[in-house]
Amino acid sequence: MNGAGVTLGSRRGRGRFPRGPGASSPSGPGRSSWRRLVPLRRWVVLAVVVGIWELWTEARPSSFFPPPSQIAVRMYHLWFSGPAAHLFLTHDAIANILPSLGRVLAALAISAAAGGALGLVLGRSAAAARVLDPLLQFARALPAVTMVPVFIAIFRIGTQMEVATIVFGTIWPVLLNTADGARFLDPVQVETARAFRLPAGLRLVRLIIPAALPKFFAGLRLAIALALILMVFAELAGSSSGLGYEMNNAQSSFDMTWVWATLVLIAILGNLLNALEQGVEHRVLAWHRGARQHGN
Amino acid sequence: MLEIKDLTHWYGEREPGHGPPGQPALDGVSLRVADGELVSIVGPSGCGKSTLLRCVAGLITPASGAVVLDGAPVDRVPDGLAVVFQDYSRSLLPWLSVQDNVGLPLRKRSGGRAGRMARAERREVAARALETVGLAGAGTRYPWQLSGGMQQRVAIARALACDPALLLMDEPFGSVDAQTREDLEDLILAVRRQRDITILLVTHDIDESVYVGDRVVVLTRGPGRVRADLPVDLPAPRDQISTRELPAFVHLRASVGRLVRGQEAPAAGKAAGPAAGPPGAGS
Repeated sequence: MNGAGVTLGSRRGRGRFPRGPGASSPSGPGRSSWRRLVPLRRWVVLAVVVGIWELWTEARPSSFFPPPSQIAVRMYHLWFSGPAAHLFLTHDAIANILPSLGRVLAALAISAAAGGALGLVLGRSAAAARVLDPLLQFARALPAVTMVPVFIAIFRIGTQMEVATIVFGTIWPVLLNTADGARFLDPVQVETARAFRLPAGLRLVRLIIPAALPKFFAGLRLAIALALILMVFAELAGSSSGLGYEMNNAQSSFDMTWVWATLVLIAILGNLLNALEQGVEHRVLAWHRGARQHGN
Repeated sequence: MLEIKDLTHWYGEREPGHGPPGQPALDGVSLRVADGELVSIVGPSGCGKSTLLRCVAGLITPASGAVVLDGAPVDRVPDGLAVVFQDYSRSLLPWLSVQDNVGLPLRKRSGGRAGRMARAERREVAARALETVGLAGAGTRYPWQLSGGMQQRVAIARALACDPALLLMDEPFGSVDAQTREDLEDLILAVRRQRDITILLVTHDIDESVYVGDRVVVLTRGPGRVRADLPVDLPAPRDQISTRELPAFVHLRASVGRLVRGQEAPAAGKAAGPAAGPPGAGS
C-alpha cells in the first residue's frame, strides 16, 4: 500500500490523493502486468470449484445438481437472450428481475436514509436514546420474516409489502451502527469544534456525519446481505412477480435447473450490490483508510 | 487585555461546603496579560495549567473567579480567540484536506448569497495562513499524510486564519521531537513579530517557557496557584543557539527550574501576585 492510501489493483493511474511523504509507486512493465492479474486471481478458487462440479456431474449425473454449463445455458435462455434494444433482457427478465432489484434498491435506500438519520439522532441525544431504547430493542428482536403476515395485512400483497418487509429487517444494522458511530466522537475533535465555536449545522455536517460514516457503511453492508434474503422470502410469501416468485414456480415444477438458475442469479445480484456498495464506500471513506494506515 | 481573577476550579461535582471536595485543580489564580505579550505558563504535572487555559478559552466554567477579556467577562467561548491543542493528530479532522481544515472555522462567517465568493476567499485566507507557517504547497494534502511537526503547523495555521487577538496554546509542542520543537518555537516568535497578537502558551518545558516568553508564570503543584511571575529580560530577536548561551538565559532558566520543583521561594521583586511585577534585576 502506498502512502496515498490507494489499494493495489483498484484505482490505477492518478490516485485520489496527492502523494504524501514517503509514498512510493510500483513501476515497470513486469510489475504492472502482475497488477493487472491481481483481480483475476480472486476468482481462481471459484473457477476450480465450478470446474470440479462440472466434471463430477458429467461423470455422475444427478437431478439435484445439474452441471454448471447446463445452468448457464438455461440462464441465458431465461433472461439474457432478449433483443439488443432491451439490453438483451428477455421479457421474463424484465418482468421478474427488474421488479425484484427495484424493491431491494428502494428498500435499501429507505433503510439507509431513515436508519442513518435516526441513528444520528439516537447517537447524539442521550435523552432520545433513553426514551426509544425499549421500543427499539423490542422491534429489533422481531425477525423480519415473521412480520410478513403483519405486512400483508397492512399493505396487501404487492410491492409495498415486500419493501416494508425488507426495510423492517435491514434498518436495524444501519440504525444501530450509525448511532454507535455518532455517539462516541473523539473528545479532542469535539473540544476543537467548541473552541472554534462551530455552529450546530457545521458540526453536524463536518464533524458528526463524517465521524459516523465508517460505522454507517458497516451497517449498510450488513443490510445489503439481509436485503436479498428478505426479498426472496417476502416474494415467496405471495407475490406475482420477482425472483422469489420465479423460484417458487421453479420449485413447484420440480425443474431443478431452473431453481439453480435463479439461485445463481440471486447470488450474482448479491455480489453486484456488494460491489456497488464497496465502490461507493471506497470513494467516500478513502480518508478513513489513509488515516488508519498512518496510525491516526 | 486579559485579566484572570482568583480563578478556582475543581473536578468532580462538589460544591464548597457540601461534602468532601472533588479533585482540586486551581486555587485562586490571578493574572493579567497585556496586549501583545507572550506569556508562558509552566508548572509541574497536575498544577492545573491546562485547566487554566480551558477556563480562559471559555471551554470550562470555573467553580469561582472570573476571566475578563477586553473588559467582557468570559462565560462561553468568546470571539477573537483561537486555541492550539497538544494532540494535533486528533484535533485536525482526517476527512478534510489541510486547506479545508484551516478554513473550517472561517465557514461560520460565510453563507447566504455570498456563498461562492466566500469559498474563494476562505481558500485564500487559508493559503495565506499556511504560507505563514511554512506549508505553502500542502493545502491539498490530508493531515495524516503529513509529519507531526507539519500537522501542528496546520493547527497553528488554522488558529491564525481566524485572525484572533488572543492565541491560546496548550502544550503545543509536547508531542513533537526536539528539533521540530525548536522550529515551531521560532515560528511562534515570528508569528508574534508579524502580527498584533497576544499569546498564552502553556508548557511543561522550562527551557521553552523562558525562550519564547516575555513573562514566565510558574504555577504550584495542584491545586495550582501562581508561584512566581518572572519577566524575561532577553534580547529580541531570539535565537535557539545564541540566546540559550546567554548567562541571563541560563540563570533565568535555573530560577524557573527551581521554582517549578518547589526548591526556591520567589525572591523580592518577582512576587507571586495578580499583576506582573516590575522587572527585577535578574535572578
